[in-house]
Amino acid sequence: MSDALIRLDGVGVSFAGNPVLQDVQLALKPGEIVTLIGPNGAGKTTLVRVVLGLLKPHHGSVWRRDRLRIGYMPQKLHVEPTLPLSVLRFLRLVPGVDRARALAALGEVGAAQVIDSPLQRISGGELQRVLLARALLRKPELLVLDEPVQGVDVAGQAELYRLIGRLRKRYGCGVLMVSHDLHLVMSATDRVICLNRHVCCSGHPDQVSSDPAFRELFGNDARSLAIYHHQHDHTHDLHGSVVAPKQPHIHGPNCKH
Amino acid sequence: MPDFLLNALLAGLALALVAGPLGSFVVWRRMAYFGDTLAHAALLGVALGFLLDVSPTLAVTVGCVLLAVLLVTLQQRQPLASDTLLGILAHSTLSLGLVTISLLDEVRVDLMAYLFGDLLAVSQGDLLWIIGGSALVLAALAWLWRSLLAITVHEELAQVEGLPVAAIRLALMLLIAVVIAVAMKIVGVLLITSLLIIPAAAAQRHARTPEQMAAGASLIGLVAVCAGLALSWYQDTPAGPSIVVSAAGVFLLSFLLPRRAV
Repeated sequence: MSDALIRLDGVGVSFAGNPVLQDVQLALKPGEIVTLIGPNGAGKTTLVRVVLGLLKPHHGSVWRRDRLRIGYMPQKLHVEPTLPLSVLRFLRLVPGVDRARALAALGEVGAAQVIDSPLQRISGGELQRVLLARALLRKPELLVLDEPVQGVDVAGQAELYRLIGRLRKRYGCGVLMVSHDLHLVMSATDRVICLNRHVCCSGHPDQVSSDPAFRELFGNDARSLAIYHHQHDHTHDLHGSVVAPKQPHIHGPNCKH
Repeated sequence: MPDFLLNALLAGLALALVAGPLGSFVVWRRMAYFGDTLAHAALLGVALGFLLDVSPTLAVTVGCVLLAVLLVTLQQRQPLASDTLLGILAHSTLSLGLVTISLLDEVRVDLMAYLFGDLLAVSQGDLLWIIGGSALVLAALAWLWRSLLAITVHEELAQVEGLPVAAIRLALMLLIAVVIAVAMKIVGVLLITSLLIIPAAAAQRHARTPEQMAAGASLIGLVAVCAGLALSWYQDTPAGPSIVVSAAGVFLLSFLLPRRAV
């Protein structure tokens, strides 16, 4: 395990005497995508905060590779409406970033068109991409994404997961992400960790989804989500604009137009 | 121009210059009530200065700094909401200051001067302190500018990116404390926050970058100081409140101009 980027050993956290995390083991290697899933209150965000170094665990130990560069994409970004800040200026808060580098990073995540827009005026999906661009500008060895597809429509979510997969290959960085979404995550990840205050089960997605602990945790959702398919008569490019279908659209039973 | 008026003008201009960028952060980080609390506590600092026989300016600076540290500690250690805590501290320190001053038999204190400022009585020594303090705060703001912006946008992101967030936050509070000590002579403890907030709020509507807003706020502050002093000179009104009234006037005027095009 000497090639790990980060290793958590027997990590426990409690708030006001209530254990939130117990005996969590976690190791992340370069180029590996690990996804944390689990119900609300399972401690996913707490675990992410431990990994980021924002929270010191009360038990156990955290080892990070020396001078590990972490790119972090927070769950939400609320910028005061009184703060006049363009996307470019937001990215330039990372030291050493000029317009060309910012534009390159935005291009990579497919959000180059918003570079001069005020941060408060772009859409939720664009904001997620801008946050991802900021994480990339740090040339991360480890990318930590807290619910990266929040506020993005289903088609955009799949696109965003594919993008994360491409970025992992390109930068060779490890990726730790938190997700609620069982279906899309399963196809975009190397290893799933199913968390409910402790690690219920972990492993390859196929392996985990047949694990009884996983079924117990997610109940019927586990099965219904596994067979959920979203039929689309068009695709989206990275900007989220609709790409015209190659064939005329055939109305399905649920079409209302 | 008589000396006392020149002193008053220079003191006011120095304060307006530093209040622009600092006030912008107060607006962005919603620290108006925090500034108010520090300002109210400044009166307690004055009283303690008399009690311990040290310069009131020094006592106020030290008092504000201590209160800022106390606030941060209390915020982390007990469950009361920040605004409740600030309300308790603001009014109890102001009252404690008033009570302490009334108990001091041997000194006669012009309370009005401390509450609403006494700009026209700024001495040569006061002026040096005001200009020195303002210059110090301006230099610190310039040095910390990017870090301050980064923690204002997202504290945890800034921390993951390696910034010492707690230290930067504390530094901002200390800078506010220094400016309050500087400004007390000019507009008094009850009006200080207005000088931080009103120019920044007026500049906000027309700024496209954080720097534009900070510079615009400084400019509006300069105009308000000149206009307020003129009003005070020709109409014999109190100088501090006249400056605040002028700033409020500029704020209202800012609504007449078209909003920035984005």
